[in-house]
Amino acid sequence: MTQTQSAQPEVPAEATPPDVAADGDDHGEHHDHPSDRQYVKIALILGGLTALEVFTYFESVHNLGDAAIYVVLIVLMILKFIYVVAWFMHLKFDSVLFRRVFVAGIVLALGVYLVMLTAFRIWGV
Amino acid sequence: MTDVADPEAARTAPASTGHEAAAHPPTTTGLTHNKVAMWLFLGSECLLFGALITTYMFAKSRLPAGEIGPNDVFDIPFTSVSSFVLLMSSLTMVLALSALTRGEERTFRVWIAATALLGGTFIAGQVYEFTVFYNLGLGYTTNIFGSAFYTLTGFHGAHVTIGIVMLMSALVASLRGRLSARNAETVELIGLYWHFVDIVWILIFTVIYLFPQ
Repeated sequence: MTQTQSAQPEVPAEATPPDVAADGDDHGEHHDHPSDRQYVKIALILGGLTALEVFTYFESVHNLGDAAIYVVLIVLMILKFIYVVAWFMHLKFDSVLFRRVFVAGIVLALGVYLVMLTAFRIWGV
Repeated sequence: MTDVADPEAARTAPASTGHEAAAHPPTTTGLTHNKVAMWLFLGSECLLFGALITTYMFAKSRLPAGEIGPNDVFDIPFTSVSSFVLLMSSLTMVLALSALTRGEERTFRVWIAATALLGGTFIAGQVYEFTVFYNLGLGYTTNIFGSAFYTLTGFHGAHVTIGIVMLMSALVASLRGRLSARNAETVELIGLYWHFVDIVWILIFTVIYLFPQ
């Protein structure tokens, strides 16, 4: 063997061994991170979803009624949120521990909203 | 060579970052402490922005009739462009990280500079928007809507500004030869923060600007 131990060639991430943590985690599955082409596709989808959101601002859509517009906007918002978190923040590919920590934060935030909702709407603060 | 069957080799194996990075001491989770800490921080930030968005929604619902409100000041086409700019900065951020993990440092610098530039454009748009709103008569203490709006969007703008400082620091570190594929985790953490401010804006844009007033 001619290669010394100190010689550590610059190896692209895609060529490295599988993620130790993800493999060691019963719940975590590791895949290679997306390619640049996939990132661009996701960005185009996000741009399209944003365009749809903005479209609801125009008068012609208001015939649908506020309730329908709320539903459409919330669905589009959640889709955009999931795309960014799953693909750009790599939660789709990383350890499940990160997903749990982040979801816990979101659930707590929704809890804050619900508590305030009861305070104003039920308890009449 | 690392023999996976060798307990000593396994003990000294680097913790995972999702990217091959500089050697870290082993951790009980097999994940680097920095990355776990960043996700914990982002989880706590959900609470901060959750509370601010909730406060805004209740403040707006209690705005007395006749006072200056969202319908009087919001410019949706302008804010839509700002939102698109911030959204695209998330793309340039992942492309920067992708380039760095491949060892393409020059490409990394281009994408990280583009991300900082897009972030700066967003902030410039926010400063312009605040100035216009102020000139229309909406100050921080004008009414409950103004206070809640400026607090929420101001906090978000401060987060974006901090992100730009981190991006520029990464660019300078790269130019000085201190950033390479081996410590790509640093850029990955900056990226996580940057994408987080992006998803917060996704929520703010929909809930504050686009929901029927």
